[in-house]
Amino acid sequence: MSAIDYHALLPEIILALTVLVTLVVDIVTRKKYLVAVTAMVGMFAAIIPVLTLAFCGSLEFCTSTGADRVLFGGSYVVDSYSLVFKGLFIFAAFIALLLSVGYLESDRYYEGEFYFLLVASALGAVVMASSRDFVSMVVALELVSGPAFLLAGWRKGDPKSNEAAIKFFISGVLALALLLMGVSMVYGLTGTQQFDQLAAQSASISEMPLFVLGVIFILLGFGFKVSAVPFHFWTPDTYEGAPAPVTAWLSVGSKGAGFVGLLSIAYLAFPAVADVWGPVLWLVAFISMTLGNIVAIKQTNVLRLLGYSSIAQAGFMLAPFGAAAASGSDNLEEAFYATVTYLVIYAVMNLGAFAVVIIIASRVGSFELEDWGGLSSWAPGLAMALAVFFMSLAGIPPLAGWFAKFAMFQATIGVGNWWGYSIAIAAAINAVIAFVYYSKVVKVAFMDPVPAGVDVEALERMETPAPIAFALGLTAFGVILLGIFPGLAANLGEYGAQVVAAFGG
Amino acid sequence: MTVVQFVLVGMAFFSIGLYGVLSRKNAVLILASVELMLAGVNINMVTFDTYLQDQLHAGQIFSLFIIALAAAEVGIGIAIILLIFRNLQTADVDSLDLMKD
Repeated sequence: MSAIDYHALLPEIILALTVLVTLVVDIVTRKKYLVAVTAMVGMFAAIIPVLTLAFCGSLEFCTSTGADRVLFGGSYVVDSYSLVFKGLFIFAAFIALLLSVGYLESDRYYEGEFYFLLVASALGAVVMASSRDFVSMVVALELVSGPAFLLAGWRKGDPKSNEAAIKFFISGVLALALLLMGVSMVYGLTGTQQFDQLAAQSASISEMPLFVLGVIFILLGFGFKVSAVPFHFWTPDTYEGAPAPVTAWLSVGSKGAGFVGLLSIAYLAFPAVADVWGPVLWLVAFISMTLGNIVAIKQTNVLRLLGYSSIAQAGFMLAPFGAAAASGSDNLEEAFYATVTYLVIYAVMNLGAFAVVIIIASRVGSFELEDWGGLSSWAPGLAMALAVFFMSLAGIPPLAGWFAKFAMFQATIGVGNWWGYSIAIAAAINAVIAFVYYSKVVKVAFMDPVPAGVDVEALERMETPAPIAFALGLTAFGVILLGIFPGLAANLGEYGAQVVAAFGG
Repeated sequence: MTVVQFVLVGMAFFSIGLYGVLSRKNAVLILASVELMLAGVNINMVTFDTYLQDQLHAGQIFSLFIIALAAAEVGIGIAIILLIFRNLQTADVDSLDLMKD
């Protein structure tokens, strides 16, 4: 038993300490925004070891052997793949904190506990990125979801928020129970819960049908987290009812954590049965993007629209992944690269979309599209920001979203058979459908008249809280930067995909 | 006694729980059904651990984790249900239909 590599665990340790410190700060001060400041300082502190681990080779004090840092007998691995996602989750939690501050200060909410739960959820996501063992993965999954259930119900007096929380909670625990049943079956047949040992043993299973059933149960359990179709029912309702900053975190942090779990389980634990889960994920991807996009068209509430858009985007992210796995493992690395790149870009643009939606809704006082008419006449800057993020989600160059779509198409077509071509065609049709409802929002903002009875001058005078404005600026900068220099996202994707090359994908 | 009997008990717990989640209308009973599902998983885990004679006892340790997770989940679930009961004077999930397409 070797000594614990504390450098590799430093991001988690710092976040865990931040969780505790936010609770203490909440007790000792009445100025609750200080709790958020503490949490943000913790995020900054946690990103530093992520960077030193990523650039370990070129740092003097860093004692790396060049290999991935494997801890606890292989149950916990800090490699390039997990580092990309740790950075992403910390960034997403930071933006979600910025969005929350103004939102919570604007009304009588419990504040300190909110930040505490958000940081705890972020810690779960960060742990998830490194988990290579079912025990740590399930604990991380619950650490992401548990606080999120509570955050979804944060507007205590609002029945909509209550409803959002209970729907999210019931589908969440049901998915968890299914996942655990799958884990128990896989464990019973292989006698191990570590991914590398599972990968080695799963080729020589005698009771294959039962094993496959277990794997499908596990993947369905993660389908809930990424809001893919069989478990998507909670998504629009929870997105609409939950406080908007929480929705932003759910759509990026919690969903991203689900994707990381799904990717590592599928690629690292069960590559031997890729011919089984590949078609399943292909189907899930196809139905998710189609259903999400078609239902999104008729939505009138922006949060609901973003909820269905999030289901559809989950389909886009799963597409290369399912297609490559369904047709053998030749293109796994490219599919992995496409999914990681897509997730990175999606995180930035979706957080930005939520930032601008929160600002507009706080002025207009509603998330209904019909109240948003004539936005450009009284807030041209906000209308431009809205156009930037929604066009980016639709995939229009030169905004970042186009490169995410490009990488996705490249990977699916690169598969080179009908698994890939068919999903690429479906994705192309869906991208057009998606453009309809994204542009509908922009059209309302720029072309529709201001609704009757709205005091435009009062709206013009309202000020945006500085933290949200900062979050908006940061994400807008990110979306435009990643759109003009897509190589940045591509590098991250390639860096993350190295893990596949390691096991000869 | 073979492993089959124990696994059957576990599966029965799981299936009864699943039926309960899908058919019950009261949120508290749904929560209880989920607990039943998790209990089924626990029985499975411990059975497989003994059957495989796992030197690391991964199954038993996992079942301890599941017990802790289930306890945490009940806490969260009851909190949410109490909140709903306070606002709507009911814990019937069918009455929660403010948002739908």
